[in-house]
Amino acid sequence: MRHFTKLARPYIIWAVAIIIIPLLLIVLYSVTTGGNDLVNIQFTLDNFKKIAEPIYLSVFTKSFRLGVITVVICLLLGYTLAYIISKFSEKAQNILILLVTIPMWINTLLRTYAWISLLSDNGIINTMLNKLGFDSVPMMYTDFAVIIGLVSDLLPFMVIPIHTSLCKIDNSLIEAAMDLGADRFHTFWKVTFKLSIPGVLNGIIMTFLLSISTFVIPKLLGGGQYMLIGNLIENQFISVGDWNFGSAISLLLAAVILIAISLMKRADREDTEEE
Amino acid sequence: MKKKGKAFSIVYITICFLFFYIPIVVTMFFSFNSSKSLTKFSGFSLKWYEELISSNSIMEAVYVSVTVAIFATIAATILGTLTAIGLSKNRKIIKDLVLNINNIPIMNPDIVTAIGLMILFSSIKMEKGYLTMLLAHIAFCTPYVITSVYPKVRNLDPNLANAAMDLGATPFQALTKVILPMLKEGIYAGILLSFTMSFDDFVISYFVTGNGVQNISIIVYNMTKRTNPTINALSTLVILVIIITLILVNTVPALVKRRSKRKMDKSLNN
Repeated sequence: MRHFTKLARPYIIWAVAIIIIPLLLIVLYSVTTGGNDLVNIQFTLDNFKKIAEPIYLSVFTKSFRLGVITVVICLLLGYTLAYIISKFSEKAQNILILLVTIPMWINTLLRTYAWISLLSDNGIINTMLNKLGFDSVPMMYTDFAVIIGLVSDLLPFMVIPIHTSLCKIDNSLIEAAMDLGADRFHTFWKVTFKLSIPGVLNGIIMTFLLSISTFVIPKLLGGGQYMLIGNLIENQFISVGDWNFGSAISLLLAAVILIAISLMKRADREDTEEE
Repeated sequence: MKKKGKAFSIVYITICFLFFYIPIVVTMFFSFNSSKSLTKFSGFSLKWYEELISSNSIMEAVYVSVTVAIFATIAATILGTLTAIGLSKNRKIIKDLVLNINNIPIMNPDIVTAIGLMILFSSIKMEKGYLTMLLAHIAFCTPYVITSVYPKVRNLDPNLANAAMDLGATPFQALTKVILPMLKEGIYAGILLSFTMSFDDFVISYFVTGNGVQNISIIVYNMTKRTNPTINALSTLVILVIIITLILVNTVPALVKRRSKRKMDKSLNN
């Protein structure tokens, strides 16, 4: 089998060219001004200092807040759904999980676009409210619309890992807890929930990561003025043309997310080792 | 008490699935509307589908999405599978390093990967368009192939290839006749993941494309500024294709298995 060691070489070269170098370029851009023209290159930390300006800082806090709200809603809805699904027969579970995954395969853009026709001022929900005698509620271009879009997009990412963890739980543990006198709540809290924590952590990471870096959903459902981190980055690269500042924000975003993931992974590993 | 719980379960699941599927169903429904309204259904017509087919820009976007997805999947599957096989035979330090690098595009937010590639392509003065989009898609699909194939490679008996070669197979034959068939499941998972990731992608394509080359996601993004039932028609077709593919992927392997089992039973009986 020694013959096959060489097979990995093309990818190593490819990975350096298309994964490592782009990251280094982002780092380079984030600490310089004046493009990548080597003659005019100037090192500076101004790009990072700019992030601390109130307008940009508010974008970060808003993204963070929306991310947390989305994660909490997804966790509550998703845990319940995953728990209920895990109580069905294996065959029914497969079908239900397939139904949860199908939306994941459908283009986010198309699904977000679909929400516009439901939420807009003369959209389906408001038309129905009017028919029932209520006033129209403006929903488009609000936090509410963005959160609906995010939750419907990200809920499967919460349900699947939690369901996987719940399925792995040995039923005899739950029976044992019940036999030993724990009531249903305590059995759930101390046994089922505790054993499903790896799935919960995975779900939280995925939904938080995706919600904090999205720019399509806020742009379509929140309107052109709606700014989250993703939109700010897009703005810097596409309309403003300040690639250096854009790179600094991206670098910060990537760092926060990569650190969060590795911390969660470590906690997860320690958790499994303990058992 | 039990009965109450069951009723609650069914209601809850129904509500969740309504939440998932109502937007999709509404989109599909209004693609058959004869007027431009997305709220009042004034009659059945296929006029938006006619408009869709006669629109050059949309058909071109479909062509771009499909061909990029096919080429990227082929390239990513070959590159990823070979890498996974090669990697398992490398020293641990190289293995860990490559696998960690491989994880970067998976964990990194799409938008960061996208701007990294955008800066890369413009730094080497590559003209943005179809080729840059294809390269970017290969870049983000390959890691998924590696992560689906590599665990299967690790489960292989390391002596398999040696046995094949001792029996006179060339290394190439050992690879294609012995190793690859054993990795089938992982490779299929990689193909499915790559194809759908590529076909679905918006963020990365949006940043690395240029010269008017658009895929389906980009054209939808540019068209959503006004209501346009042609998008509904396009959505309906895309959704149908995806759902049919998923159902086939989920049922065909079981059918094939049952069939080959029946065949085997037959041959045993003979």
